[in-house]
Amino acid sequence: MRKFKEFIIEKLILFSGLASIFFVVLIFLFLLKEGLAVFKTVGFFDFLLGKKWYPISEPARLGILPLILGSLLVTLGAALISIPIGVGCAVYIAEVAPLKIKEILKAGIELLAAIPSVVLGFIGMVTLVPWVKHMFKIPTGLTALSGSIMLAFMAMPTIVSIAEDALYSVPKAYKEGALALGATHWQAIYRVIVPAASPGIMAAVMLGLGRVIGETMAVMMITGNAAVIPRSILEPVRTLTATIAAEMGEAVVGSEHYFALFAVGIVLFVISFAINVGADLFLHKENK
Amino acid sequence: MRNSKQRQKIAFFLLFLATLLIVIPVGLIVVIIIQKGLPAINWQFLSDMPRKGMRAGGIFPAIVGTLYLVTGAIIFALPIGLFAAIYLSEYAKENFLTRVIKLAIVNLAGVPSVVYGLFGLALFVVFFKFGASILSGSLTLGIMILPIIITASREALESVPQSFREVSLSLGASKWQTIKNIVLPNAIPGILTGTILGLGRAAGETAPILFTVAAFYLPRLPASVFDQAMALPYHLYVISTQVPNVDEKIRYGTALVLLAMVLFMNLIAIIIRYQFRKKKKW
Amino acid sequence: MVKVKIETHDLNVWFGSVQAISRLNLEVYENEILSVIGPANSGKTTFLRALNRMNDLNPNYKMSGLVEMDRKDVSGLDVELLRRRVGMVFALPLPLPLSIFDNVAYGVRMHGMRGGQKLSRVVKESLKQAYLWDEVKGRLDESAFKLSGGQQQRLCIARTLAVEPEVILFDEPCSGLDPISTSKVEDAMVKLKEKYTIVLVTNNVKQAARVGDRTAFFLSSELIEVDKTEKIFTAPDDSRTDGYIRGKFG
Repeated sequence: MRKFKEFIIEKLILFSGLASIFFVVLIFLFLLKEGLAVFKTVGFFDFLLGKKWYPISEPARLGILPLILGSLLVTLGAALISIPIGVGCAVYIAEVAPLKIKEILKAGIELLAAIPSVVLGFIGMVTLVPWVKHMFKIPTGLTALSGSIMLAFMAMPTIVSIAEDALYSVPKAYKEGALALGATHWQAIYRVIVPAASPGIMAAVMLGLGRVIGETMAVMMITGNAAVIPRSILEPVRTLTATIAAEMGEAVVGSEHYFALFAVGIVLFVISFAINVGADLFLHKENK
Repeated sequence: MRNSKQRQKIAFFLLFLATLLIVIPVGLIVVIIIQKGLPAINWQFLSDMPRKGMRAGGIFPAIVGTLYLVTGAIIFALPIGLFAAIYLSEYAKENFLTRVIKLAIVNLAGVPSVVYGLFGLALFVVFFKFGASILSGSLTLGIMILPIIITASREALESVPQSFREVSLSLGASKWQTIKNIVLPNAIPGILTGTILGLGRAAGETAPILFTVAAFYLPRLPASVFDQAMALPYHLYVISTQVPNVDEKIRYGTALVLLAMVLFMNLIAIIIRYQFRKKKKW
Repeated sequence: MVKVKIETHDLNVWFGSVQAISRLNLEVYENEILSVIGPANSGKTTFLRALNRMNDLNPNYKMSGLVEMDRKDVSGLDVELLRRRVGMVFALPLPLPLSIFDNVAYGVRMHGMRGGQKLSRVVKESLKQAYLWDEVKGRLDESAFKLSGGQQQRLCIARTLAVEPEVILFDEPCSGLDPISTSKVEDAMVKLKEKYTIVLVTNNVKQAARVGDRTAFFLSSELIEVDKTEKIFTAPDDSRTDGYIRGKFG
């Protein structure tokens, strides 16, 4: 009797273990199920490279190039800001900061990670957006730049914590070896420790940017949501994520617009999948 | 030599600056929200329905809705997540399947939140015909926080010394008895920490609930799991962007309640972790 | 005529590509203490863990040959039942993070014993047999971690006894203990052989001489010789045995 009960429990454990695979596949399948229908009316390349996104005009124009470029522009801006600052902060926490300050800083980073994106979006709207408008004397502060700054913040907890882990796990002997040869602490950091941790730092950057590409609420609240091909970082843009979030509420289930938004979801899923698998390969390389 | 010392000084200063660039805005954000939101907080704000097109009154239904969603998500995600963690920590061998499972977890953690929203819409709302409901929203959020719970629980389970398992098995206990009586009780603080962090995440997310449950405005509280519900993060989004002329105080007040809720959960998680480390016996 | 309790036939054990035991043929008699000595990595502990199949826990473990208890192949037995019959005391005192009482009661509870009175009796008897009862009888509800190292090790012995095994495997049980605690544990072992069959793996050659009826000497995964303890320590057949007990291999 007990054996039978345990047999059942162990099967449940096995099934739960497989649940993650099941859900990833399920997500992909349902995105495909709803999203592929759009290609009955729009060619694959017309969809990806089409320059116009007018989903509710007659006939609808469903080209997501402006959205892809919007996402890329915002992400690029966020990367330029968050990578140097994030990696710098990670190095500071892992190598330079005194023990007590280290704990406080880590708590601060965790705090940032915990703030809901809609709250950051709200704060961005009421502080950052007017500042950008004023600073650059432009008609609206709802721009790609505002989005990039806000998203850089959201990427930083990921970048800092994973990069710090990578730096921390560099064997102490490397550093001691460098110091014993007369290098300064800083020389040891940039010649020995950072190169040794570089696969982990790479993974940190990738996962941070993955977070940026997938971020939705904050970006929708502060980038202005104009679905046009952006010409400058000081213009409003619209990202892939914001498009789904803003339009799905109005799209009729089963309509072309609905299918198109799911197809955008497929694009996002594939991007995040590639980023996560890539980052995982880097992390694995580090472990070996 | 002097030159390199100088360079070190400059480099460390720059690193310090980078750190300040992150930490100071974080502090500012929290301070601003508390400072501007606190005047809005009173009993009526927390316990009343929204009035006058959400320009007055309280946020009670949004608070309740979020609590429902979070509870639902955890009821779904905790058993599966915990069992999955047990599988990985106690049963999985180092083989291809385990590698795929771990990769799946990483991917699940990386799927954009709005894609979870799409998925929830397609599977729960449309395919299973649950409609936009607490059930659909909870399930969607539950799948989203699954990787958080699995990862934290697995770490907690793996930190229980191997020797405890050996002792238990050597006394003739079965594998499951060993897990139930020895491994799980000693991993509970870590599991709890992960669960609460998952709760915090579920409470703060907006995109996954946009099309699966969230209601713009509801004059009454949800009566069953098949009802729509308001939710704090969505409510904040609505009154910040969709409704014109909302008093800034109400916006900040809503942001503060949401932030407080999420940070409170994180704080509890930190306290549990700290207490546990202090008490650890091995 | 002595009765054979456990025997191995051509036992080979590998962990990955490393052979830990080669062609081992060894018998353990009922109600004796068999001491197993040898330098580190000579296969002593692997031999011990083959008897209650604890080696199975290692994913890289492979074996060939036969381990028999009462003339039955142990790999054919239910592993939980086998481990109830073959108890084990580990090198370091390893109390479970439970109270003293619950530590001793753990095994029997897992085998389904309920009921306070019966359980209390088992716990008391086991603690008495391990010479620990007098020291802990007033504080059975305290955490086992509050005991001293020697007390903890005797608690582990009591925990093993509570399951009423037929064979007890001791894996260097005194390696972490001071001389006084060691002698208490040794006293307990000598008393226990009246009821149990004991296999004692030890790094301490003198301990083997003190408590073992017979002694087996392992060297680099092979059994060099096994004989009456007296003979091993006075006139071993193999010069390597002589060398080891005189301290040539440290």
